[in-house]
Amino acid sequence: MSTEATTTAATDQQDGGAVVPGASGGADLVIEHVSKRFAAFTAVDDLSLTIPSGSFFALLGPSGCGKSTTLRMVAGLEQPSEGRLRIGDEDVTDLPSHRRPVNTVFQSYALFPHMSVLDNVAFGLKQRKVRDAVARAKEALELVELGHLAGRRPAQLSGGQQQRVALARAVVNKPQVLLLDEPLGALDMKLRRQMQVELKQIQTELGLTFVHVTHDQEEAMTMADVVAVMNEGRIEQMGAPRELYELPRTAFVANFLGKSNLMHGTVVGREGDYLLVEAAGGVQRLRTDRAVAHDGAVVLGVRPEKMRIFTSGEETVPAGHNRLDGTIIDASFTGVSTEYLVDVPGVGTVGTFTQNMGQATGRAGDPAVMCWDPDFTFGLAGDDDVAAGAAERDA
Amino acid sequence: MGLKQRMGRWLVPVIGGLAFVYLLVPIAYIFVFSFNDAARTNLTWQGFTLANWKNPCGAPNICDALGNSLSVAFVATIIATVLGTAIALGLARYKFRFRKLADILIILPLATPEVVLGASLLAQFLNLGWELGYWTVVLSHVTFCMAFVVVTVRARVSALDGRLEEAAGDLYASPRTTFWKVTFPLLLPGVVAAALLSFAMSFDDFIIANFNSGSFDTFPKFIYVAATRGIPAQANVIGSGIFLIALAIVVIGTVVSYRRQKALAAR
Amino acid sequence: MSAPAVRRPEPKRPEPAAELSATERRAEKARGRIGVGLIVPGFVYLLLFFAAPVFVLLAMSLYAKPPGAETGVFVPAFEISNYAVALSQYWEPLVRSFLFAGIATVLALLIGYTMAYLVAVRLRQHKLLASILLVILIAPFFSSFVLRTQAWKQILADEGFVVEALRFVAILPEDGRLTATSIAVVAGLTYNFLPFMTLPIYASLERLDTRLLEAAGDLYASPMTAFRRVTLPLSMPGVFAGTLLTFIPASGDYINAAILGNNRDTSMIGQVIDSRFFQIVDYPMAAALSTVLMVVILILVMLYIRKFGTKELF
Repeated sequence: MSTEATTTAATDQQDGGAVVPGASGGADLVIEHVSKRFAAFTAVDDLSLTIPSGSFFALLGPSGCGKSTTLRMVAGLEQPSEGRLRIGDEDVTDLPSHRRPVNTVFQSYALFPHMSVLDNVAFGLKQRKVRDAVARAKEALELVELGHLAGRRPAQLSGGQQQRVALARAVVNKPQVLLLDEPLGALDMKLRRQMQVELKQIQTELGLTFVHVTHDQEEAMTMADVVAVMNEGRIEQMGAPRELYELPRTAFVANFLGKSNLMHGTVVGREGDYLLVEAAGGVQRLRTDRAVAHDGAVVLGVRPEKMRIFTSGEETVPAGHNRLDGTIIDASFTGVSTEYLVDVPGVGTVGTFTQNMGQATGRAGDPAVMCWDPDFTFGLAGDDDVAAGAAERDA
Repeated sequence: MGLKQRMGRWLVPVIGGLAFVYLLVPIAYIFVFSFNDAARTNLTWQGFTLANWKNPCGAPNICDALGNSLSVAFVATIIATVLGTAIALGLARYKFRFRKLADILIILPLATPEVVLGASLLAQFLNLGWELGYWTVVLSHVTFCMAFVVVTVRARVSALDGRLEEAAGDLYASPRTTFWKVTFPLLLPGVVAAALLSFAMSFDDFIIANFNSGSFDTFPKFIYVAATRGIPAQANVIGSGIFLIALAIVVIGTVVSYRRQKALAAR
Repeated sequence: MSAPAVRRPEPKRPEPAAELSATERRAEKARGRIGVGLIVPGFVYLLLFFAAPVFVLLAMSLYAKPPGAETGVFVPAFEISNYAVALSQYWEPLVRSFLFAGIATVLALLIGYTMAYLVAVRLRQHKLLASILLVILIAPFFSSFVLRTQAWKQILADEGFVVEALRFVAILPEDGRLTATSIAVVAGLTYNFLPFMTLPIYASLERLDTRLLEAAGDLYASPMTAFRRVTLPLSMPGVFAGTLLTFIPASGDYINAAILGNNRDTSMIGQVIDSRFFQIVDYPMAAALSTVLMVVILILVMLYIRKFGTKELF
């Protein structure tokens, strides 16, 4: 990354922008009670969000959850059926897309095939009649390390290069909000990882507000400061990636964002900071402040990596740990670890794994004991669907 | 390999090759007989001469007819291309009531034989009491050229990625700027192809012009009328000349795009 | 850096709900206005110079000739009998037109498909040769229709070398001839409309993914079966467009019949319409014949679309 170019780009305040009000560096994006209804279905349902200036925000959800529609409404490519959109102090709901201080990196890049790479990047600046548009476009191309390809046509670039051009074309305008619509979707795994790091770096350097739409939970967690998980037009849960992962509040989030083992149970009492929950033929402990519901039916959850599994029958479960007993259905050795699927009566199939420290591995048919520190347990509403989000994650 | 398969392997190139020769026979004949040393009736070979090529306007009225045809084709093409491109954009991009009906109204001129179109327009002009001549031919040609323009350009509009226009809007281009900077340049190849097609169709049309031209002469009409008493060799000269010019344009275009593709592939 | 740029299919734009917000309505309305603005001029033109003329023609086909009036004088009437006269007097050229056009369409399909297949599939790897043949394919468009037809007349003339050769090998009898016969007219129609058949077929064959043929071969299909089950079905849109683009103009054409035919048993309906208008000056009869031609073609085309039709007509 050429630091020289980025520093100039970052300190360069926009001076020629007649259309875009305010200073660069981003502004709060406020979505107030926005809905979008189509003839057959409601894509976005009474959505309210505030995305603080300068943050890297990810809208995460399966396809059809309304995340792209939300993005398109912010960009002005779609009009909300209800609600208002504000950027900073300005209500932009009724502004056409070309008057909004927002730029988009499109999923398919949407590079103009009849223009050179440089002309593509300079397009927005020229529309706003910014002086030295070409010089700035060149700087932006240097920022994404494509300065040497300025004269080419988009069709002559690889997918990864096109992606960088699309990014340069958007960031060069220093929009108050930069929208990214599955920008890495068309790239292969390796390139994707690399671009994730670079995108994050660029965002940090420029200090712009990024709103990133993706269905890839890993991508969302690696890059974003704040992740909002969307499902069926609503936001299920919003927070820092770690917070969402460690303490999901719905089964959908628990399953869509990483894997979870969920089981039905009933609250039978309290003990200090813990709820006592009868589940899987025993009493499990759950911290009161980690539970959505505090009495009656609840759903207990624990992440696979928080569990330990004993297959030799010699180890003892530490005192105070939650415990499950079952039979191994499948054990697959992957080198780094061994992944187990264990049938637990009254719960169903539970997944976990052990790091390969040289210990013997269990085999299908062997009995197994699993346990975990009760502080890792999370509690969901008793009527939540334990399968929600699992199929969408694997899709 | 069985006999059947071997035959199958050769059948396509042989029949196809013969068909290409078949396509070229009359064109070659016209070319050869443009050098025929025959004064009036260019029917049998009388010997080689360059005289016809030196004086292509030698036959009476032939260049007037040629000029008329070029002028009609030029004007009709411009009108048809502008109107047809607008319709193609409107039909492919926007929703409104009566669109189905509009679709049919566009397709119908293509499904109408020229003789019926010619006769209808003649009936209309007779009815309106308009004098047949240059403008009635132009107006008739616009009708049938426009349908071709709509079909050609519309295919191009449908193939256009709508996200490019969204991207332009996102990059501060007003709808007007978006059209002229993004949409139109991307449609241009289709529009040019449609205009060329239109020009060729208008220039070569005999039937519709025959119905609606009155005493106004076009080049195809000139040849058709002359055919009864022998076509002058100058007609072959003009026909061959136009052929060679068009051929040169297409060949140059093909070679250029072939080279460019090769250069791209080599990169 | 290289990555396969996989293009996802774009999700279909959903229809907005029936109740629209003010903002939605404004956007929709603006789009609708532009759309209507774009098509209005062209449609006014088509109404004036296509729809109206067809109606005038229909009306004229019912005009009557007042008794004792001069040639070319007719009054508006509702003379249905014009059609009876037209059909009874001219059924022969009418039937002949469709017959000739039909035969020419089939011949053009056989020849045109072979040419298109040769260029688009067999020569796909030989880009330069394919482009040269493609230029030949459109070459007839660069030269005059009437002039080419006249050239055929001279090539096939009685004293020409083709006829002499055919007589020599006794395919033609000593006094046999090619011009002024039905064969010459059909051959002329086939020749003249061949590019209209070949180009659409070429366009659909060019898009054919030849890996599908390899897959068919891999699944035990012989080349013939692969052609019948894979290539042919995938090229049907081109065949469909090509046959319509050939049959419709061929059935109304009269240049071929006039130049390559005779006055007895080769005349087509176009010739009759032309002569009713300009020589006999019987406008109602000419209009009635035009109407019949148009109606028959529309019926045939509609039956054809219903039987083989794809959704997109062209």
